[in-house]
Amino acid sequence: MTETIEFRLNGKKVSVQLDASKTLLWVLRTHFNLTGTKYGCGEGYCGACTVLIDGSAVRSCITSLGEVAGKNVVTIEGLADGDKLHPVQQAFVDNDALQCGYCTPGMIMNAVGLLNDNPNPTHEDIIWGMENNLCRCGAHNRIIEAVETAAADMRNKK
Amino acid sequence: MDEFNDYKDYLKSHSSFPGIRRRDFLRLMGGGIYIFFRVGSAMEIMAAEGDQNRLPNDLNAFLQIHEDGTVTCFTGKIEMGQGVVTGLAQMLADELDVAFEKVKMVMGDTDLCPWDMGTFGSLSTRAFGPYLRAAAAEARMVLLILASEVIGVPLEGLDVNEGVVFNRKDNKQKVTYPQLTEGKKIERFLSEKPEVKDYSEFRIMGQPRFRVDSVEKVTGKAKYSGDIRLPGMVYARILRPPSHASKLVSVDTSEAEKVEGVQIVKDDDLVAALHEDPEMADKARRLFKAEFAGDEKPISNENVFAYLNENAPEGNVNINEGDLETGKKSSENIFENEFHDGYVAHSPMEPHTAMAFLEDGKMTVWAGTQTPFPAKSNIARVLGFEEEKVRVKPPYLGGGFGGKSAHQQAVEAARLAKITGKPVMVDWNRQEEFFYDEFRPAAIVKINSGVDDNGKIVFWDYHVYYAGDRGGETMYNVPHQKRTVYGRGWRAPGIHPFPTGAWRGPGNSTNTFAREVQIDIMAAKAGIDPVEFRLKNLTDQRAIDVLTEVAKMADWKPAQSPSKRGYGVAIGADAGTYVAHIAKVDVDTRTGEVKVLKVWCAQEMGFCVNPQGATIQMEGCINMGLGYALKEVVEFDGGQVRTSNFDTYEIPRFSWIPEIDTKILDRNAPPQGGGEPAIVCMGAVINNAIYDLTGARLFEMAMTPHRILGALKNV
Repeated sequence: MTETIEFRLNGKKVSVQLDASKTLLWVLRTHFNLTGTKYGCGEGYCGACTVLIDGSAVRSCITSLGEVAGKNVVTIEGLADGDKLHPVQQAFVDNDALQCGYCTPGMIMNAVGLLNDNPNPTHEDIIWGMENNLCRCGAHNRIIEAVETAAADMRNKK
Repeated sequence: MDEFNDYKDYLKSHSSFPGIRRRDFLRLMGGGIYIFFRVGSAMEIMAAEGDQNRLPNDLNAFLQIHEDGTVTCFTGKIEMGQGVVTGLAQMLADELDVAFEKVKMVMGDTDLCPWDMGTFGSLSTRAFGPYLRAAAAEARMVLLILASEVIGVPLEGLDVNEGVVFNRKDNKQKVTYPQLTEGKKIERFLSEKPEVKDYSEFRIMGQPRFRVDSVEKVTGKAKYSGDIRLPGMVYARILRPPSHASKLVSVDTSEAEKVEGVQIVKDDDLVAALHEDPEMADKARRLFKAEFAGDEKPISNENVFAYLNENAPEGNVNINEGDLETGKKSSENIFENEFHDGYVAHSPMEPHTAMAFLEDGKMTVWAGTQTPFPAKSNIARVLGFEEEKVRVKPPYLGGGFGGKSAHQQAVEAARLAKITGKPVMVDWNRQEEFFYDEFRPAAIVKINSGVDDNGKIVFWDYHVYYAGDRGGETMYNVPHQKRTVYGRGWRAPGIHPFPTGAWRGPGNSTNTFAREVQIDIMAAKAGIDPVEFRLKNLTDQRAIDVLTEVAKMADWKPAQSPSKRGYGVAIGADAGTYVAHIAKVDVDTRTGEVKVLKVWCAQEMGFCVNPQGATIQMEGCINMGLGYALKEVVEFDGGQVRTSNFDTYEIPRFSWIPEIDTKILDRNAPPQGGGEPAIVCMGAVINNAIYDLTGARLFEMAMTPHRILGALKNV
């Protein structure tokens, strides 16, 4: 059933006339053309579709549009401040923490969510916080280093 | 090599390739200097392996030096994460003497780039690279000749720095590449072999370079096939059979047709629901009522190896040296073992995806494929189009690993786009990705070998079924040896209940697993430290070098295995490169879970063009290799693939990841492959480490907790 759903998306207020049961991933990719959020498994197992909802990392492939009504949604496209990359994005670049890049937006959004919850994570906290984001190219070691680098960088800026 | 063989018929049926025509290039492109060149090296590699196929005479790549000083290289290779977008640019920039940042790579577009058979086999750097370098050297020479005329100084008196040609005696007398190419259209062909730089002259090659595509990829701007957006596009959801053995008997789409806005296509065996909203297309597909029939092969996880043994084809003897009986007579101990390797999926994070659109009689397909040119030919054949009426444009690939050499999704999208006249997206879901994946084949290796009382291997009788011979070389110095290969390469049509294909380092991971475990078994029985035993039996200096290096890196303390310390060693060779690994593991003997704590890896790959990229490939190989070694099992029953998602198919996760220490040996020798070698040892090195810790020996991959518990019971 079509209804009006309002939420904030990458800092802007948006309003859509859609069925509330639609999947957030596909609304982002098709309705808003925000294609940085990727389909990987469709069942919440891989993390390629991760976005932030009110600052927490959420799998958009198992989240309905209705669930984000009135909330603040951030996708990979909304993370940088103009041309200035978010510290986590910058740390991925600086640590060469990607290969094919397909899991990368989800990895970055998950890491931002992790650092929002815990700005001072241990090595183990990062491993277990990233555990359910899958990478097939095997960039894991560098991703962990990137999250550690970003965490230090964000603490220093505060 | 299968991938070459697969194009044999294709090559035969084409007297000349319908790739881009030179006059079309020149009409399309602006001014500048063009250097065309052709690639034969991949075929030379093939010839060395006994196949006499030749590439037809056509150009295979070209460079364009633009009037603004930038240089574009058009190549049919594609970027799937392996980093050739960076390494090839380094080769070009160095030979041409331009800044690395000035080089742009245009990859895989079948209208812009010359024909290429595909991106696989770690061939881009080692086979394509020399031609690219030669072309760049030729381009540099053309520019020097032009500069000589402008400056009025003979060639010998000129030098180049970052695209500026100057008089060596008076560096104020200079002219830039853009000034030389301005307003000109110069077409040149590579006729003689030009002089390329000596290793000592490299300034950009050999320097570590970070990925050039990372900013695009961390901002979500990088486009993959599924990210292409066209007005009026629809998503296709295609009726899928329950099994590879199933044939469609009947289908009732009447309920699906009631979904508002849906279009149903029935074209022979292709039945699809198309909708501008992918979720509505999904909904419609779920309403298809279809009947299938077919006879299953009686093979499943339960009997796979018995079935494969019973149905083995005739073998081909690839090596037969000395006399096995003589070897047996001089053996103190004889070892006879059978090794098993199960089906493994590629499971790239991006499933197969393609967008197709027919416009003014021309079909354009954006497809995540490792084989854009063969895809173009297949699409043209299926559609009944002339080849020049099909264009395949691969955007970035979200992983390939050999699995995207298959391009069924591109053909499906093109068929549907032709029928509907709309832009059609075919984006497989994860279940479809598992179902249609061309798995790494289940394979069997049987080895009978013997060691004399001096710890020397005296005979080696090797039989490999279904994996092919890549990596099957004995590597060790053995006087009496025979190698028999059953089934063609890694495909073995007609045996498996589903298609199998090339999986990163194809065949080699299976062969290296068997060989290096057998070597370890012999070393243990002979009472000799496993590194020492290997060195004692090696004469290949490259193998000795990597093994010696990795032992030094890991501070290897000689001991007879099992030493209870949990260290394993293995060596391998793939794509012209040598690798040696040492791993340290921990095993939970209650649960059978293995934790790989650290992996050391030494690699010798000739001259390393991009040490940063090569190191990352080594790390990726080690991490990816944990999966096939320890956990990855495709569940199936006949042609029904029961594995459908990552809940049951376990690929490496952060908590599995070992500390990794890599080293690339310096060598001034032609560059070799880097995308695959470091994965081939992972099964053996972990197996040998488990044995060293626990005394339990496994003969089957994946070495799952269940199988490890079983092996522990036999200790």
